[in-house]
Amino acid sequence: MLYISTKYQIIRKDFPFYLGKTAHGGLWVQIKNLPGHLPKESPSHVQEIMKWNGWGYSDSRFLFNKKGQAEFTGKRYRLSGMIIPGLKDWFECTFGASLQHKTPPLLNSSAVQPPTLNEAFVEELKSTGIPFSQDAEDRVFRAHGHCLHEIFALREGKFGRVPDMVVWPNCHNDVVKIVELASKHNVCLIPYGGGTSVSSALECPPEETRSIVSLDTSQMNRILWVDEKNLTAHVEAGIVGQDLERLLNESGYCTGHEPDSMEFSSLGGWVATRASGMKKNIYGNIEDLVVHIKMVTPQGVIEKSCQGPRMSTGPDIHHFIMGSEGTLGVVTEVTMKIRPMPEYQKYGSVVFPNFEQGVACLREVARQRCAPASIRLMDNEQFKFGHALKPQVSSIFTSFLDGLKKFYITKFKGFDPNRLCVATLLFEGDREKVLQHEKQVYDIAAKFGGLAAGEDNGQRGYMLTFVIAYLRDLGMDYYVIGESFETSVPWDRVLDICRNVKARIVRECKERGVQFPPLSTCRVTQTYDAGACVYFYFAFNYRGLSDPVQCQNLHAAREEILANGGSLSHHHGVGKLRKEWMRETVSNVGMGMLKSVKDYVDPNNIFGNRNLL
Amino acid sequence: MASKAVYSQRDPMLKKRDDFEDILEERRNSSDLRYALRCYAPVVYKGLCPSKAGTLKSMVLQSDQLHYVIHQVCRETGRAVDDVQEEASSILEEMAHRLQLSTVRFFAFTLSKVFKTLFRSICVNEEGIQRLQQVIQEHPVVLLPSHRSYMDFLLMSYLLYTYDLALPVIAAGMDFMGMKFVGEMLRMSGAFFIRRSFGGDKLYWAVFSEYVKTMLKNGFAPVEFFLEGTRSRTSKSLTPKLGLLNIVMDPFFKGEVFDVSLVPVSISYERILEESLYARELLGVPKPKESTSGLIKARKVLSEDYGSIHVYFGQPVSVRSLAEGRVNRCQFNLIPRHIPKKPSEDIHSFVNDSAYRLVRAQEENMVLKPWVLLASLLLQNQVSGQKRGIALDELTEQAVWLRDLSRQYGAFLHWPEHTPPSEVVSSSLSLHRGLVRISEGRVQLALDKAAPGEPRSAVTPEEELLSQAVIILSCASYRNQALHVFLRPALLASAIHTASSNKKQEVFNSFSFLRNMFSNEFILCPGATVQDFEEACYLLVKTGALQVTQQEVLVTERGHRTLVFLTSMLDPFLQGYQVVCRFLCEEATEALTEKQFIPAVRKFIIKHLLAGRLRYTEVLSSDLQKNSLAALLRLGAVRKIKGAEQGTLKVNTVMVNSLEDTLGGKLPTQKAVIARL
Repeated sequence: MLYISTKYQIIRKDFPFYLGKTAHGGLWVQIKNLPGHLPKESPSHVQEIMKWNGWGYSDSRFLFNKKGQAEFTGKRYRLSGMIIPGLKDWFECTFGASLQHKTPPLLNSSAVQPPTLNEAFVEELKSTGIPFSQDAEDRVFRAHGHCLHEIFALREGKFGRVPDMVVWPNCHNDVVKIVELASKHNVCLIPYGGGTSVSSALECPPEETRSIVSLDTSQMNRILWVDEKNLTAHVEAGIVGQDLERLLNESGYCTGHEPDSMEFSSLGGWVATRASGMKKNIYGNIEDLVVHIKMVTPQGVIEKSCQGPRMSTGPDIHHFIMGSEGTLGVVTEVTMKIRPMPEYQKYGSVVFPNFEQGVACLREVARQRCAPASIRLMDNEQFKFGHALKPQVSSIFTSFLDGLKKFYITKFKGFDPNRLCVATLLFEGDREKVLQHEKQVYDIAAKFGGLAAGEDNGQRGYMLTFVIAYLRDLGMDYYVIGESFETSVPWDRVLDICRNVKARIVRECKERGVQFPPLSTCRVTQTYDAGACVYFYFAFNYRGLSDPVQCQNLHAAREEILANGGSLSHHHGVGKLRKEWMRETVSNVGMGMLKSVKDYVDPNNIFGNRNLL
Repeated sequence: MASKAVYSQRDPMLKKRDDFEDILEERRNSSDLRYALRCYAPVVYKGLCPSKAGTLKSMVLQSDQLHYVIHQVCRETGRAVDDVQEEASSILEEMAHRLQLSTVRFFAFTLSKVFKTLFRSICVNEEGIQRLQQVIQEHPVVLLPSHRSYMDFLLMSYLLYTYDLALPVIAAGMDFMGMKFVGEMLRMSGAFFIRRSFGGDKLYWAVFSEYVKTMLKNGFAPVEFFLEGTRSRTSKSLTPKLGLLNIVMDPFFKGEVFDVSLVPVSISYERILEESLYARELLGVPKPKESTSGLIKARKVLSEDYGSIHVYFGQPVSVRSLAEGRVNRCQFNLIPRHIPKKPSEDIHSFVNDSAYRLVRAQEENMVLKPWVLLASLLLQNQVSGQKRGIALDELTEQAVWLRDLSRQYGAFLHWPEHTPPSEVVSSSLSLHRGLVRISEGRVQLALDKAAPGEPRSAVTPEEELLSQAVIILSCASYRNQALHVFLRPALLASAIHTASSNKKQEVFNSFSFLRNMFSNEFILCPGATVQDFEEACYLLVKTGALQVTQQEVLVTERGHRTLVFLTSMLDPFLQGYQVVCRFLCEEATEALTEKQFIPAVRKFIIKHLLAGRLRYTEVLSSDLQKNSLAALLRLGAVRKIKGAEQGTLKVNTVMVNSLEDTLGGKLPTQKAVIARL
């Protein structure tokens, strides 16, 4: 993660910082602006630059300043240091929230249970020289992901079962040693990558009586080799998305795998949860990107003997590993496909008169298999939300132009501002092809009443992805809580599932006594031949409720998704949050298959996070 | 939010109902023309995709569902696609409504005139209207009125127009189409026409279901249909038909809409226009084919007083809430939704249960007039053989007693509060003067009256019996309006009567047997035997008629009168079923077909009535005869032999005999028919 090991620094120094030809680079390249944080004695201080009870970097957060205007602090993002004039009104109108009613977090990280240690294990671990820690802060930091209930509890200063210690292996062999020791002393291991889980996967099972050791892979963050002939790179699994991408960029390559969490999530985590990237249309999802995986299990190391691009050798063992969610072992090294960096990138956006037309357009784009690197369709609520996040305009000219655009769309074209929706696009490739591709997509959009709405809107849409998680922390300061979840669904069901799930959320909130109508919104984030990925967000003002987290009722929303033909998860994974539906999802026999694999690979449940099954 | 509990309140006495407003009052005081031409701007469904009737048709014809079925039909029959498409289009043409505001205005005007002449008042619960208005905006709405008269659907549209609510599209039987002009008028006021039977016609079914679903899903208009399928000639609710209910629930099951609201509507007539028409029909005079000239002849109807109408818009029922925990919608995930599929077992039973609940919800909000109680008492009195009728003050005393009893059972009785009972009774009797005779302070049914215009001398005993039967069946149809109130206690009372001991288990067995036997006759929710038994016990215990201990069921001293009344209530049906059984054992030949059954059993019953071996003239009702046959078929005592001409009936004499004896209390209830207590 952001702690920098000595080796890592050397690699870093060898390369000049990538300055980003691409416009979207701005979203994270600014990391170079960080006040240079020096390597620490112990690798345990990632929490100094990361929030321990919220999303992302400590220096980056939304706040309402003394004038009551929203601003985003820090220097890391395009939005950093900017005033966002529309946010306050949107926030107050949408949620009925008031800046007078604050709910600041209770800062109390000391009420942590003392660790349950397995002395023999600790002794032997010491002799290996692998760094570890029993420090309360280190343990709490690795005891959670980013589900609402997890963050909410942290803010209230409530800690459940947390790991008893944290170890930082430095390489594959370290992991082998740790797993051997854990097996020998019957210690429970929970692999920890970027900590961005939203499936309760990192929560320690409260019923676990053994010592729980969090195995933090953050120190295994090197690119071990790059094979330019085959366009593959062999990478340690602890590397974080933005580092991987930056390092490869330095030599002119990229993986193109950009999940929304890529600032913080790790390669090993992607493999373990079957992650999906924004630009999967060009580069593929993690299962398409992976060529070779090395995983350490209690039974030993599992890997394939060659790097053939496709094999017919029985069921693909990679598919036991991908999505195993840390229940079988630790992914240590991965060979991934890489691509030359794209020559040209272009954002775009299209406004549709309504969501139905937008979905029809995406479906047509998928039918013609001409989806750009990314195409996403936001519903009306999200469109408005995106609008509220527009930073203060610098010139009268821009605001005049904005006004003109608005006039054209709503008055001249007759779009209803309460129905219209927007698709954001990202094209990538060589310049000629991008322009050609762009035309093709806009032509299709036009058939569905879509109007091109500029690069700016597109780019802002993608930026929203990275800051939305920060916004949740702002809401939580003012009695507003929110959560997101995703699914995948056949094309013919997309509209129905969007409508019904949103309506279900509204209804559940009402029935649970939420005083103010919730924000319930969705977007289509990926297109496939046979369906799409849909992402839902909802948030509400919880003033007057005794148990706000219960009121979110994710359970009902998921039931609704399943009843509408949606999947249990497209890329977040199952974890413990969704495992109650696994049996009906994969059938009894399917469940038995998965169980028997677990029973063989890890009979003593060393990897005891109890995810998935 | 629509309530989940449709009818399952534990204590029917606690039922809260809305107040009524008379809408004719305003009609009598202001211009009908202005009313018919006023601005009409109803609230609409929030998800409405505005579309004209024409686009609606093309939406249906272009739907995936229809395409699929058209191609399926082509594959199976070898016909050309165009040809089948053409047929689909003409089916739709024949079916589709052409709702026009101008026609509605025309009806608003004429119906105002007609209603004011025919009825004293048309009372509507305005809270129900408000609920409906709310729910129309939220979800697609299905209106489910009870069906007792031709009037029903015109009345419904009239009311919705009056309250500025979205006009419904109404599923109507094809027979209306026979009335050329009227058929078209109805079509333009929102009726769409469906064939009475289209058994195996895939294409017809596809067009029909897609048409209804399209209107519902797009919030084009509330869809209205009659759960009972046809007008009830007996005023008893009919066993619900599931076809249309299935269709309107389907979009919810398949996630095409978030929810569907079902609104049961209870329409109660103080006097039914078709009163004696129905009675004749039940006695075997076939239903006259609907024709415009027939309708005009019915004009003399206009000169009579038909009292008041009460229309109660019930609590909207959310299909989503009904289905919660009962239907797993995931079953629709694995097959494209446009491919027609027979409903699965669980869907079928869910739809069936819902249909019963809805019909019960209709029943519960039916307004009962004092006359209903009087009719019940007069019928019982007539059978008890008192030739001179009953003294007026005695009738009043009994009516007051029955009023209190029925209220305790939760009846929705409209008994004028501040009028002396004797006046209530006499005004009720005068409204129905065609059915009763009052002489020398005594009241009886008007049985001695010959049909007008027929010379008395020409009357054979059989004809006389039939003309008496018309009066009795008319009267019975009013009594039947109250049957649902007394049904469960009456089943219990009869069970106590027939059971061989006071043991609770035996009484329950007997109850369960009777309930099972009569489940084609009355609305008895499938699988609710224990619940019904408990409800009956509860009511009789609460009113002090019964003591129920762990082991025993005991009739109290003061409960005697109640139990006698209740058993008499059910007795005609018990006797009727027995006589049908007797017929099947004694007279059914090898070659008896289903078609011949009714005339044959009627002849048999007439013979018995004339010979004085049977007390209940109302057993002549073909409705009862059909229901009993259906029950025997269901129980397997009679089988229909397929393939043979028109369904020959094969009688299991032993079984029919034993059922008859059990009904008569001569045989203990067989253990086999017993559900768990």
